[in-house]
Amino acid sequence: MKSIAELEAIRQRTLLRMNLNGEDPNGDIRVVVGMATCGIAAGARPVMQGFIEEINRRGLSHVTVGQTGCIGMCRLEPMVDVYVPGSGKVTYVHMTPEKVARVVAEHIVNGRPVAEFTIGAAEENKSSDR
Amino acid sequence: MEIYRAHVLCCSGTDCTASGSTQIFERFEQLIKEKGLEKEVKVISTGCFGLCKDGPIVVVYPDGTCYSHVKPEDVDEIVSEHLAKGRPVQRLIRNKETEQEAAGKTLEDNEFYRHQKRIALRNCGIIDPENIDEYLAMDGYKALEKALTKMTREEVIDEVLRSGLRGRGGGGFPTGLKWKFTYNSQADQKYVACNADEGDPGAFMDRSVLEGDPHSVLEAMAIAGYAIGASEGYIYVRAEYPIAVKRLEIAIAQAHDYGLLGKNIFGTGFDFDIKIRLGAGAFVCGEETALMRSIEGKRGEPIPRPPFPAVKGLFAKPTMLNNVETYANVAQIILKGADWFSAMGTERSKGTKVFALGGKINNTGLVEVPMGTPLRTIVYDIGGGIPNGKKFKAVQTGGPSGGCLPTELLDTPVDYDNLVEAGSMMGSGGMIIMDEDNCMVDIARFFLEFTVDESCGKCTPCRVGTRRMLEILNRIVEGKGTMEDLDKLEELAAGIKSTALCGLGQSAPNPVLSTLKYFRNEYVAHIVDHVCPAHHCRALLQYIIETSKCRGCTACMKVCPAGAIEGEVRKPHYIDPSKCIKCGACMETCVFKAIQRK
Amino acid sequence: MPDTNEKFELLNQAIEELKDQPGALMPVMQRAQNIFGCVSLDVQKLIAEKLGVTLSEVYGVATFYSQFKLKPAGKYTISVCLGTACYVKGSQKVLDRLSEELNIPVGDTTDDGLFTLQATRCLGACGLAPVMTVNDEVYGGLTPDDIPGILEKYRELEM
Repeated sequence: MKSIAELEAIRQRTLLRMNLNGEDPNGDIRVVVGMATCGIAAGARPVMQGFIEEINRRGLSHVTVGQTGCIGMCRLEPMVDVYVPGSGKVTYVHMTPEKVARVVAEHIVNGRPVAEFTIGAAEENKSSDR
Repeated sequence: MEIYRAHVLCCSGTDCTASGSTQIFERFEQLIKEKGLEKEVKVISTGCFGLCKDGPIVVVYPDGTCYSHVKPEDVDEIVSEHLAKGRPVQRLIRNKETEQEAAGKTLEDNEFYRHQKRIALRNCGIIDPENIDEYLAMDGYKALEKALTKMTREEVIDEVLRSGLRGRGGGGFPTGLKWKFTYNSQADQKYVACNADEGDPGAFMDRSVLEGDPHSVLEAMAIAGYAIGASEGYIYVRAEYPIAVKRLEIAIAQAHDYGLLGKNIFGTGFDFDIKIRLGAGAFVCGEETALMRSIEGKRGEPIPRPPFPAVKGLFAKPTMLNNVETYANVAQIILKGADWFSAMGTERSKGTKVFALGGKINNTGLVEVPMGTPLRTIVYDIGGGIPNGKKFKAVQTGGPSGGCLPTELLDTPVDYDNLVEAGSMMGSGGMIIMDEDNCMVDIARFFLEFTVDESCGKCTPCRVGTRRMLEILNRIVEGKGTMEDLDKLEELAAGIKSTALCGLGQSAPNPVLSTLKYFRNEYVAHIVDHVCPAHHCRALLQYIIETSKCRGCTACMKVCPAGAIEGEVRKPHYIDPSKCIKCGACMETCVFKAIQRK
Repeated sequence: MPDTNEKFELLNQAIEELKDQPGALMPVMQRAQNIFGCVSLDVQKLIAEKLGVTLSEVYGVATFYSQFKLKPAGKYTISVCLGTACYVKGSQKVLDRLSEELNIPVGDTTDDGLFTLQATRCLGACGLAPVMTVNDEVYGGLTPDDIPGILEKYRELEM
C-alpha cells in the first residue's frame, strides 16, 4: 500500500520520465506504439517488435519502447509517437516493420524525423489526392 | 570495421528494382571505383524505404540527402558533384520543402483534432494503459484522494449532480440523480456496476477507453462506491473485447498493489473492490436490468421497472450502473469541479461526447467534441467529408435504437434532446455516414434484422412485432410491397414503442420511423416504381447493355455465370432479365462501359 | 491436448474454484467452453449437478447467449463482422463469398472440420471495415476477391 506522499513521488518521477513536453533535456527518447484493437489489427505488434529489435541491435540504451491506447485515427494505424527530449513529439502513421529501421536510423540516432512517414505528410498526400 | 566518409544507399525493394535500381547500384560501384573513391565511399543495397511511388530511391549519408526517380545516367552527376565535391544534386532531391513543412505538423495540428476536446479520452493514446504510474502521472487517483480525504459523500454526489453529467450509454439520465437515488436506498450491501457491454454496432468508444485508460474507470467506480456506500463493484464487459479485459485485469491488480483498491483506501477506512464479469454475446445485456441478471449468472432477460436498480438491483441489492464513458468523465469532474464541466456543452447536455465515425467518411475514427457541435462540423471538418466524391445522404446515430438524419438536419447541434426531437437518439455515440449508394429502406431493414435477432423473446411486442415489421420490409426491398404496408409499419411501430418491456424493444422501430419520415420517397420508389434509387436492392436491379456502346466483344457473355447474355460477335449483346442473377460480373468486365445498372 | 478425462478434471477444478462466488454459473460455463470448445449436454449435466442448479437453467443460459456452442466448432472460426460500418462497406458480399467458397451456410462447419463460418456483431474495428477474423487473426479492408487467397493460406497450413 502506498501513502499519499508516495503516490505523489511516483507522479513526479513518472512525469519526468514521460517527458511529454521535453522538460528534461537529458531524458530518454521514447517510442510509443498505439496498441489498441484497431492498431493491433492493422499490424502494430510487428512494428513494436521491430522497434525493440532494432534498438537492441544498435545497443541504444537511452531509448525506451512503450505502448499506449487508441488515439482515434483508425485509418492511419499503426501509429507511433516518438518523443525526443528538447524537440517534441513526432507522430508516424501507417507504420510497417520495414519503415522501422529508417525511423531508428534517421530520427532516433541522427535526430532528423523521417518526414514522409509522418502524419503531416500523410495528410498532405490526402489533400493533393482530392 | 572500416570507416567510410560517405554511404550510398540504393533501394533494392521490389518496386525500385522493377524501376531499375539494380543498374543504378552497379553504375555507382563502377564509377566510384573509376574515380578511386572506393576507400571513402561505400555503396549499399538496402531494403524498401517505403517511398515506392518515387523510386528508384538513393540516399546519401552522412547528410541524408534523398534522391528520387533516379535514372542510371543520373549516377554520374551524383558521384562527380555530390560524392566528389560535396554538392548535392538539387534537381534530383525529393521535394524537400513540402517534406520539412509536413514534418512540422504534429497530431495536434491536424484538422481531425483541432475541433476536439478530449476529457473521457484524455489519456488514450498518451499513457501506457498497463502501467499505473503513467496514469498517476496524469493526475490519476487524485480525484479519489480528494473525494475520500476532503469531501463528504454528499458533496461528491452534489458535485456530479451540479456538473450536469448525463449517462453516456444511451438514455441520457442525469448521472448525479442515479447516484443520489442509490445513496438514499438503505441496505447492508450496495453495488456499483459498470456497463462495458458495448453492443451498438459501429460504436467502440468504451473499448477504446478500457484499452487505453482502464484506471480512469476504476477510479470513478471507487469514487461512486464511496459516494453511494458500496464496497463492491462489477464491470460487465463484452467477451469480444479480449484486450480490454486483459488490461482491466492488469489495472485492477496494479491498483491493489498500490492500495488504491482493497481495504482501507488512503487509510480512510473505505473498502472497495472490483470484479470483472464477461458477457457472452447478447445485445440485450446492455439493458440495465438484463445486465444485472447476466452478472447473476442467469439468462439476460430484462425485468419490469419499478423496482428500479437503485432500490433493488444486482442480487436484489441497491445498484448503481453507469457506462464506461460516463465513468471516464467522473474523476475530472471531481478534480476540476462541476462548474468547469458544465461550462461546456448546451443548456441541457453538458460536457463532451465521444463519437465513433464510420461508414462512408474519409476520417473514420473516434472523436470527442463538446455537446452542441453541429453535425456538419463532425462530418465535414473533423470527418473530412465523403470519399470518392460521392454525395452525403444521411447520418445514422444511436445504433439500432436511433435513426437516420438527412442533409437538411446537418446543422443540428448534437445533444441528447435535439437528436430525440429529430427522431433519433444519442445512443452510445455511433455515427455511421451513408452516401448516395446506400439504400435507406435496406438500412432500416438491416437494423430491424439486428433487433429481431437480438430480441430476448420475453415480451410479445418485441418478439413478434419487430418480426412482422421485418417481414414487411423484406417485401418492400424485393419490390413486393404495397402502400398500405407503410401504414402498417407505422401502426406496428407505435404499438411496439408504447408496449415493449425494455429499451431495446421500445426503440427498435426508430430506424424505420426516421427513414419513413425523411426518406419516404425511397420507400415509395421501391413500392410504386419497383426501383431502388440507390441501385442497392438486388431484386429491383436491372442490368442493361447499351446497344450504341456495345462492340460485341463477348467478354461479358463469357463471364456471366448464369448464361443470361446472348448475342453474336461484333454485334450488340443483350441480357435476358429472366436469367440474370444480378451479380454484376458483366458490368465489371466490360471495358466499353456499355453495361448499366438501373 | 488433454483427453476427455483430463478435460473433465480441469472442469471440476474450475467449478471448485468458482462455485462460491455469487452468480457462478456463467463464469463456470465460460471456463467449460474454453476447455471443451463447446458446452455439450454431458458438460451441462455435470455443471448443473455440481452447482446445484437444474439442467434446464444451465440449458437456458447455454442457448440464450450466442457465444455458448452446443457443438464443437471447426479448427478455424471465421467471423465476418456485420456491424453497421462493415455492412455499409460491403461485408455481406464478403460473407456470401465465404459461404460460396466453403460451400456451407452461415453458422455451419465444413465437413473436414476445418472451418466454421459465422456472422458476428460489431468487432469494434470499424476503421478497417469490412473486417473479418479467423480465430484471433484480423483481416481488414476486405473485398470478396481476397477470400480464396485467405482460405488457401489456412488450408496450406494443414497440408
